[in-house]
Amino acid sequence: MTEEKLEKPTIEDFSREITRMLGGETITYCYQCGTCASSCPVAKTTDRYNPRQIIRMALLGQRYEVLNGDSIWLCASCYNCQERCPQKVEIADVIYALRNMAIREGNIPALYAEFANGLMSEGRLAPISKFLEKKRSDYGLPPLKPTGVEALKKIFSATGFDKIFFKKGEQP
Amino acid sequence: MTSYALFLGCTIPARQPHYELSARKALTKLGIELVDLENMTCCAPPPLQSIDLETSLAIAAYNICLAEEADLNIVTLCTGCFESLAIANHLLKEKPELKAKVNKILANAGKEFKGNKEVRHFLQVLMNDVGVNRIKMDVVKPLDKLKVAAFSGCHLIRPSELLHFDDPERPRIFDTLIEALGAKSIPYKNKLRCCGGLLRGYADDVALAIARDKIINAHNAGADCISTLCPFCFLTLDLGQMLIKTTYKEEYNMPIIHYAELLSLSLGVDPKELALEFHKVKTDTVLEKIS
Ligand code: SF4
Ligand code: SF4
Repeated sequence: MTEEKLEKPTIEDFSREITRMLGGETITYCYQCGTCASSCPVAKTTDRYNPRQIIRMALLGQRYEVLNGDSIWLCASCYNCQERCPQKVEIADVIYALRNMAIREGNIPALYAEFANGLMSEGRLAPISKFLEKKRSDYGLPPLKPTGVEALKKIFSATGFDKIFFKKGEQP
Repeated sequence: MTSYALFLGCTIPARQPHYELSARKALTKLGIELVDLENMTCCAPPPLQSIDLETSLAIAAYNICLAEEADLNIVTLCTGCFESLAIANHLLKEKPELKAKVNKILANAGKEFKGNKEVRHFLQVLMNDVGVNRIKMDVVKPLDKLKVAAFSGCHLIRPSELLHFDDPERPRIFDTLIEALGAKSIPYKNKLRCCGGLLRGYADDVALAIARDKIINAHNAGADCISTLCPFCFLTLDLGQMLIKTTYKEEYNMPIIHYAELLSLSLGVDPKELALEFHKVKTDTVLEKIS
């Protein structure tokens, strides 16, 4: 790997890339038994989603299809599959790893962009309306304490979170 | 008196004062002191884990650090917060390399994760610190006419390897605590299955279909209400019934009630003090059964 161009990516490159991600470490243990799909509430509800298939495509090196498709966003993170996988594939975590990769490629569903915005500006995902904040004392609830958003900002710049998110140029 | 740092999270203060109220009232009555710490933030739940796992872990660890500094264990009401914080706490205690990595990040915010505190869900505090016997003794309005479909939500019990909350296929803690109030915890189809809540906003049709299944299964089993522990499950099933009405033209009128609300009612708290107007599906049918 000196001056020459890297070789064309091989099938293994994508699985290796995934196993190096936090959450992705266990993907290669999969032997395609399908226990995950049959435990999955989403797969039972729509044929747009099948966790076994996502893992298969990933292991076959179909990087573009996996990271640009709609499928990885349809996991409800319920961990039912992960609880039951005979190979101890951490499926829900693998999906997180794939989403982390997709987002680094600039594929950010609008909803997630909104969450990230809320977190970066207020330290919370969901804004608290002035109305509810005022109402708290009527209900006998103590006033809300300020969030540590300034500390979070330091964490974001340390991990590069702010840059991951701004990459697509959606934000100033 | 046992004290905990109360981790409120985002959804409860933003949308569910009824959960916060009932939990505070019940825990105070049962002798648990709740401390509100400054500078806590979002717990970094699945949507943030989806963006970046490492940042999410650091955010969870940052919040645990605040509790460590105050020398308090954490109690969460939200099941999602419980999972984010408990998993981070567990992983960082078990994996020195990961801990070192996260501490390097946290140093920028002037924090260091030590790993000397516990993260507990509200139910664990009831079970372990208060105890079923004390709860039974303190019940003044037994819920013995009530058939409850318990729905703990996923993130309380799974992944069990990291959370160690209860048996993942046959959990009992939630049912035991429901029955401590005199109510009956009834079996129903697919009791442990997800509510689909995390797909709201991305695939609303799929989310609603999954939520509808849950409502129908509880309805068919003859439940008077579904009891929840998570603000997100609550929203999905309560608001969800308004959407089921418009989308499927079906009306179930299945009250969704946080366990903390049932607990408060049975401990004799006046329903008027519980901000029950935040429920979309009215709770009157349940209140009628609590005389
Ligand atoms: S259950 Fe595990 S081993 Fe079986 S297909 Fe799913 S991920 Fe692969
Ligand atoms: S974690 Fe995702 S893939 Fe696994 S069962 Fe739940 S929804 Fe399906």
